[in-house]
Amino acid sequence: MIKINNLNKAYGKINVLQDINLHIKESEFVSFIGPSGCGKSTLINIIAGLDKATSGKVLVDEKEINGTHTDRIMVFQNAALFPWLDVYGNVAFGLKNICKDPNEIRDKVEEVLRKVHLSKFKHHYPHQLSGGMKQRVSIARSIVMDPKILLMDEPFSALDEQTRMLLHNELQEIWMETGKTILFVTHNIREAVKLSDRVIIMGIRPGCIVDDIAIDMAHPRQSTDSNLFYKEELIFRKLKVEIEKVAKEELGNEYNFEKNHLSWEHNNTMGGGI
Amino acid sequence: MKRIIFLGSIIILWEGVYKLDIWPDFMFPSPLNVLDTLIDGLMNGTYSIALLHSLRRLLIGYTIAVTLGIVISIVLATNKTMDETFGTLVLSLQSVPSVVWLPLALLWFKMGETSIIFVVVVGGIWNMIMNTSTGIKNVDPTLIRCGKNLGYQGLDLFTKIILPASIPHIITGMRLAWAFCWRALMAAEILSTGQGLGQILMWGRDMGNMNTVVSVMLMIAFTGLITDNLVFRKIELKIFEKWGLMAS
Ligand SMILES: Nc1ncnc2c1ncn2[C@@H]1O[C@H](COP(=O)(O)OP(=O)(O)OP(=O)(O)O)[C@@H](O)[C@H]1O
Ligand SMILES: [Mg+2]
Repeated sequence: MIKINNLNKAYGKINVLQDINLHIKESEFVSFIGPSGCGKSTLINIIAGLDKATSGKVLVDEKEINGTHTDRIMVFQNAALFPWLDVYGNVAFGLKNICKDPNEIRDKVEEVLRKVHLSKFKHHYPHQLSGGMKQRVSIARSIVMDPKILLMDEPFSALDEQTRMLLHNELQEIWMETGKTILFVTHNIREAVKLSDRVIIMGIRPGCIVDDIAIDMAHPRQSTDSNLFYKEELIFRKLKVEIEKVAKEELGNEYNFEKNHLSWEHNNTMGGGI
Repeated sequence: MKRIIFLGSIIILWEGVYKLDIWPDFMFPSPLNVLDTLIDGLMNGTYSIALLHSLRRLLIGYTIAVTLGIVISIVLATNKTMDETFGTLVLSLQSVPSVVWLPLALLWFKMGETSIIFVVVVGGIWNMIMNTSTGIKNVDPTLIRCGKNLGYQGLDLFTKIILPASIPHIITGMRLAWAFCWRALMAAEILSTGQGLGQILMWGRDMGNMNTVVSVMLMIAFTGLITDNLVFRKIELKIFEKWGLMAS
């Protein structure tokens, strides 16, 4: 359903994305992972229509995209809620644009708030919510629009481990229930492997697709599954090569990449939180 | 409570100094006489009518200053050339005391209401522009992207996201504009004709009636204080609280 053909993006003379080609099927959950600065956000912003490619095309259902559209909705890293609206107002905000019937708006908002377990907080203002709740509002605000494609740029990177796990499960439920196509940018290998059908590994300078790893396992997945563990290690090894490249460039030739120089734990967030 | 005690002791001290009879009455009035004159003026209508006259001018001038200020800020925000030219001019105009505009206003509009209102508008508008355009410029770009993402464009994007997002700055601008308009009004009234508080003040001086002068001064001070503390501070605090911002 999404086709990206020979996409390039340059800022001035610097090539940020080079020759990206990618096909994504309907209802697929695809994660993007790669070193910081490789252009993940740039790519997802272009797909959202918030940014323009220098050359190349993005097709959704065979139609070339032109600017933003309510069939592609983004969930931002820092939730980006409107501080002057309460939870209800935030969730209804975009919906009001595409739906004029107040009863229908109310029903849809109430339903989605139940889905993300925020019914009790509908009259709270953003500053009265925890980080996890804010992100749930942000997800609710996006899925209430019933987009074909949900774009998520590091949606959980600012959350603590427990909240993150909880939101993984909620997201997975929503995904299995609605069958949305989800593009998910993350720095967290474990998160990517646990949630996705495919993990796209991106390289840097210029940003490109290095590998495309399928995770063919039934959902929902248990984090303790040894197959997941195997995939995590595979992805980590490929990513290490890319990160090594950046490090070498940045630190010059003296840099020696020692074995196990990067201490890796399973929930490692590589270069995350930047 | 503390304030009441403080106020009480000031009045007692004042009366005490008055009783010492160092200066003649027309230079140093008794607080009790001043209070008498104040109540008298309010009761027989001279002060209340003057206050209404002043408030009417203030409200007209203030409304124009706020509306025009917001409109100009929107123009500055959407037009880069305007911002770089007129925007910098606003900065320098802001430091011109508004009474300075009175001679100009008198030449343009002759002595009368229009001139005074003009000075009031000029008194408040720069602050309004400064604050509103700062607010518009500092809107979190992610919110704008988020709005576009949810299908808002053009004018809708502006009225539904950029303007509401600048409300804390706009409110601060409105509060400052009110204070500046009030000052400008008094200056203009003192220097021109009519029936406002400023004019009674001057009339009191011409009569050599210190009681009138001081009691009108008190009224001017209290009107400013009350509107600022009871109206604007409250609104500002409420909005800042709702947004989860710290009150400045
Ligand atoms: N507006 C811009 N002007 C110039 N260069 C930019 C601009 N936006 C992004 N870049 C550059 O493009 C590259 C990719 O940025 P991008 O934000 O897409 O990376 P990312 O993969 O999302 O990184 P992170 O993982 O840290 O979020 C970076 O090197 C950045 O410096
Ligand atoms: Mg990014």
